[in-house]
Amino acid sequence: MSVPYAKLPAWVDYGLIPLVNLAVAFLVAGLVVLAVGQSPLRAATLLIEGAFGYGEGIGYTLYYATNFIFTGLAVAVAFHCGLFNIGGEGQAYVAGLGVALPCLWLDQFAPWYVVFPVAILGAALVGAFWAMIPGWLQAKRGSHVVITTIMFNFIASSLMVYVLVDVLKPTGSMAPQTRTFADGGQLPRLDWLLASVGLDIGGAPFNLSFLLALVAAIVVWIVIWRTKLGYEIRTMGHSPSAASYAGIRQSRIIIITMMMSGALAGMMALNPIMGDQHSMQLDFVAGAGFVGIAVALMGRSHPVGIVPAAILFGVLYQGGAEISFEMPEISRDMITIIQGLVILFAGALENMFRPAITTFFATLGSARADKPLPAAE
Amino acid sequence: MEYFDTLIVILQSTIRVSVPLILAALAGLYSERAGIFDIGLEGKMLAAAFAGGAAASVFGSAFIGLCAAVFVSVCLAIVHGFASITQRGNQIVSGVAINFIALGATVILGQAWFRQGGRTPQLRDGERFTTVELPFAAELADIPVLGSIYSNLLSGHFLLTYLAFALVPFTWWVLYRTRFGLRLRAVGENPGAVDTAGISVTWMRYRAVICCGILCGVAGAYLSMAMTAGFVKGMTAGKGFIALAALIFAKWKPVNVMFACLLFGFLDAMSIRMQGNPLPFIGMVPVQFMQALPYLLTVILLAGFIGKAIPPRAGGVPYVKER
Repeated sequence: MSVPYAKLPAWVDYGLIPLVNLAVAFLVAGLVVLAVGQSPLRAATLLIEGAFGYGEGIGYTLYYATNFIFTGLAVAVAFHCGLFNIGGEGQAYVAGLGVALPCLWLDQFAPWYVVFPVAILGAALVGAFWAMIPGWLQAKRGSHVVITTIMFNFIASSLMVYVLVDVLKPTGSMAPQTRTFADGGQLPRLDWLLASVGLDIGGAPFNLSFLLALVAAIVVWIVIWRTKLGYEIRTMGHSPSAASYAGIRQSRIIIITMMMSGALAGMMALNPIMGDQHSMQLDFVAGAGFVGIAVALMGRSHPVGIVPAAILFGVLYQGGAEISFEMPEISRDMITIIQGLVILFAGALENMFRPAITTFFATLGSARADKPLPAAE
Repeated sequence: MEYFDTLIVILQSTIRVSVPLILAALAGLYSERAGIFDIGLEGKMLAAAFAGGAAASVFGSAFIGLCAAVFVSVCLAIVHGFASITQRGNQIVSGVAINFIALGATVILGQAWFRQGGRTPQLRDGERFTTVELPFAAELADIPVLGSIYSNLLSGHFLLTYLAFALVPFTWWVLYRTRFGLRLRAVGENPGAVDTAGISVTWMRYRAVICCGILCGVAGAYLSMAMTAGFVKGMTAGKGFIALAALIFAKWKPVNVMFACLLFGFLDAMSIRMQGNPLPFIGMVPVQFMQALPYLLTVILLAGFIGKAIPPRAGGVPYVKER
């Protein structure tokens, strides 16, 4: 057990092993489908058709993917610093205030391109603030960021129920949500983007925040791999003691990383609030913060991996809705199982198949070199 | 006298809602004291609640239900153990995964088997646990104060309730007065030393994780077979995380765990009681504030403003045996 894992070619490490893990996760999910007496093949066909078969499906897939790119990036940034931010859900929820308040304030007399930057700033600031407290507590008081972010999810949930029910709900209304925004609080949809490849998105709320998510992915790549700050963050993640020998101020890096993470999670709120519902509703995050964990693990914390992983989960959300129409036994809770399995196999058990794959490549390599394997001690 | 009766009612519901917290927090105690962090308490409890409700209804026996609940919970605990002990994976990630798998699977399987929107069928008498009256409860009820406390507060609970409270001193005894407990604590503080003494760290940690699974199973069974008569979708509703908070609040000590759970249970009971009623001296308190209070208190404690919570030193760190 103490033998370190042998070095593998990069495409195996970053391509094959994640794919094997993912395949196993879906295989187990297929067994669950079988267990409830349905055909996994039919479910898979419906899933793909529902997500990619027509323009509106693609629109919805990309709409969901937008949420998961933001939350996946949020978790990934924290991972690079060796921090586990489970609080994306709460950060996005509270950041809804940073989006909704500018909208409520400006939507009557300013066009969307004025409101949007203010809302981006608001979402990022509020999200960053909500993540900064656990970051500060970890850096200065030594309380574990995992536990505090879990607690902050629950606190956020109580806070937002209070705000929506007792403060922001228009008088005379029964539903716990803000009023519907005027045109200034509504983001333009990206129907032209898909129309350019001949698709009609129909009623899908695929909107401008998707492009913002892609920009965020590029910015994260630049910051993490091409700046001094990113270097310090990754050093902290690899070895906190090496970082402190190098004179990196740990508490500063922890707090900054958590704020970046929170800001990314917070920007997720733009998509449902300004892009789809045009109001802030109870529980609008709907688990996207937690999906971010699966997305970051699957994408190996790299933007190039996160964007496809987010789209895959978009497929699951959209296609899953489609399946539940056709096969009522498989409700959208199936996605929750798949999400759990992906987290288990791509995250906690990521090295389960590594010894087998390493042996496979070792025998392959030695067969090619026509030499016997060196005897393992 | 009216205030006294109200107090008795609140305390009684405090005990009722505290039991799953105590069981789950003690479950976490075994695991975390052995160095395996477990944020999957919620998922294990939920899966156990479902298994208990389903098995009790199908086989018509509360006992079989309890066994099924414990079995399913232990299976999930072993998955967590396999990931975090054998595979040396990230324990937090594994716990998160188990929570999601349980959340989804209970609904999918429940819908496929019973077709009641994710519920299990309502349990009849004999399929669920019933309350037990302590001896002479009815006769002593008329004695002022003490009689009321005895017959209304202490009597009339489920057997599992008494079991949960009995497990608190039992856990203390196991941890601090047995060889197993000493080794369990050692494996969470300094696994290298335990290994040097010739004791298997892996097997020790697996046993701790299985203990955790058993207790989570009982907690789940209490939810679906004692507190209510049947499983309801997502019925743990964050209790696993409150238990985790209580465990940290109690600084990983068994007797403190009981008091922390009673405190959090009391806040819960108060928040139900207080909806719409102003508190004396303070005035209206939003019910959401009361619901968030356990989490707030835990954060404040973790920040070191009320004492310091120091986790087991080897917690969360996979043990790599030297060769």
